[in-house]
Amino acid sequence: METLINGLSLGGIYALIALGYTMVYGIAKMLNFAHGDIIMAGAYAILLVVGMTGNLLLSVVALIAAIAFCVLLGVTTERLAYRPLRGASPLAVLITAIGVSYLLQSIAQLFFTSEGQPVSTGAAQLGSVTFLGANLKLSSLITLGLCVMIMTALTLFVDKTRVGRAMLAVSEDRGAASLMGINTNLIITLTFAIGSALAAFASLFYLMQFPVVSPTLGSMPGIKAFTAAVIGGIGSIPGAMVGGVLLGVIECVCQSIPALSPYTIAIEFGLLIIILLVRPVGLLGKKRREKV
Amino acid sequence: MALLTVENLQVSYGLIRAIKGVSFEVNEGEIVALIGANGAGKTTIMHALSNLIGKDAGTVHFADTDITHTPAHKLVPMGLAQVPEGRRIFQELTVAENLRLGAYTRKDKAEFNEMLEKMFERFPILKERRKQVAGTLSGGEQQMLAMSRALMSHPKLLLLDEPSMGLSPLYVNTIFDMIRQINEEGTTVLLVEQNAKKALSIADRAYVLEIGKIAKTGTGEELLSDDAIRRAYLGD
Repeated sequence: METLINGLSLGGIYALIALGYTMVYGIAKMLNFAHGDIIMAGAYAILLVVGMTGNLLLSVVALIAAIAFCVLLGVTTERLAYRPLRGASPLAVLITAIGVSYLLQSIAQLFFTSEGQPVSTGAAQLGSVTFLGANLKLSSLITLGLCVMIMTALTLFVDKTRVGRAMLAVSEDRGAASLMGINTNLIITLTFAIGSALAAFASLFYLMQFPVVSPTLGSMPGIKAFTAAVIGGIGSIPGAMVGGVLLGVIECVCQSIPALSPYTIAIEFGLLIIILLVRPVGLLGKKRREKV
Repeated sequence: MALLTVENLQVSYGLIRAIKGVSFEVNEGEIVALIGANGAGKTTIMHALSNLIGKDAGTVHFADTDITHTPAHKLVPMGLAQVPEGRRIFQELTVAENLRLGAYTRKDKAEFNEMLEKMFERFPILKERRKQVAGTLSGGEQQMLAMSRALMSHPKLLLLDEPSMGLSPLYVNTIFDMIRQINEEGTTVLLVEQNAKKALSIADRAYVLEIGKIAKTGTGEELLSDDAIRRAYLGD
């Protein structure tokens, strides 16, 4: 039970990050490998506001600051690095994204050195509650609850609003979308903004569980969330959620079993390979119809 | 009065100049057809008009506004809508969502509902299937949806790119009847077609495009009775 809740909350974090990958892939048709570093940037923003105070209220302020900073950073990288390459070969865009990733890490190193710096969000002092005999960390429950709320809101936004529909249209056929009067560049910018805001939430939740900030903080959750997005079916919003949660639960279950725990990462990526062998489009991915 | 004036349009695909200086105009209230063989550059012209691809040279005026470099999404609220080749409806969205997207630039809800009713009246099949994913419609139904979707934006000028492509003869007739009806209701139409016979029979005027240049122009009737045209395009 404890493991399950921990796994679900870790899965929620992966899902938030995976959503950033999958939405950008679905709408801008590019893999934004710098997405993990947006989380790192958010983590530094949180570090600067909260530091070692362990003040919960300050953590909320820090979250808002992180959202603002991540959105600004995400939109700026799109504008400066990716937009000039629109229509270029996907490989050029991919290499650029990797370059942006290293650039962000190097900038962080320049300002904050490569040392890991501890941060106290106050999550530890939240304590835990006992439910059905299980000892559940309150911070995990809050993470889980907020992740569910955010994902519900996002799903409603995409399915029910005019702008959400425009996002789906751009994702399916950018040219046809612009013939509907949709400003596709604006929709792509908005997608980066939403992905980055989700990444900021992920920064805070991640620090609540692993309270050390370093320039490479984003790499591992980034690559795992990317894996989650691919497992769920890249481009699919529910797929990213399912993939993220699945990966989080598997990670926590593996770690709770001593015989398996050293192989956790191997098992996670092994799962990716198996799923791709069986279902190359991912669990909820759709085969794209060939365009006539 | 000319609603659309195209002057010396030149467009390249990569290193190949596909459109080599084309000029034509569409007057208010007309149906104008652009006919020509496969590869003559008809679709290239349509894409260039909506700025889905860039132009090398030339100017385009819509009403009195220079739209040579106006991005596609800004043309829709000005009253220029395009039904692209291959229909390109949003296959994964429902019929109703497709129609809503057609009215993306019109925020008046009452007007939207009124337009929707009008479309449903014209094509009851769309009403029946409004909650169905658009990819499940037949080719002819998809063409109707694509045209209805474009009309949802209240265009003054409708650009139709190969509306009869891949449709059964029965649907071809339906589609051409609909084009005439849309025109009678006050929408000017620029039509690109491989089915020259059908296109010329409903067009007020037409231009014949041959490898990137206008080879001939005249009224629909004149071109229909032109021997060279009959041999080249009508299979007589």
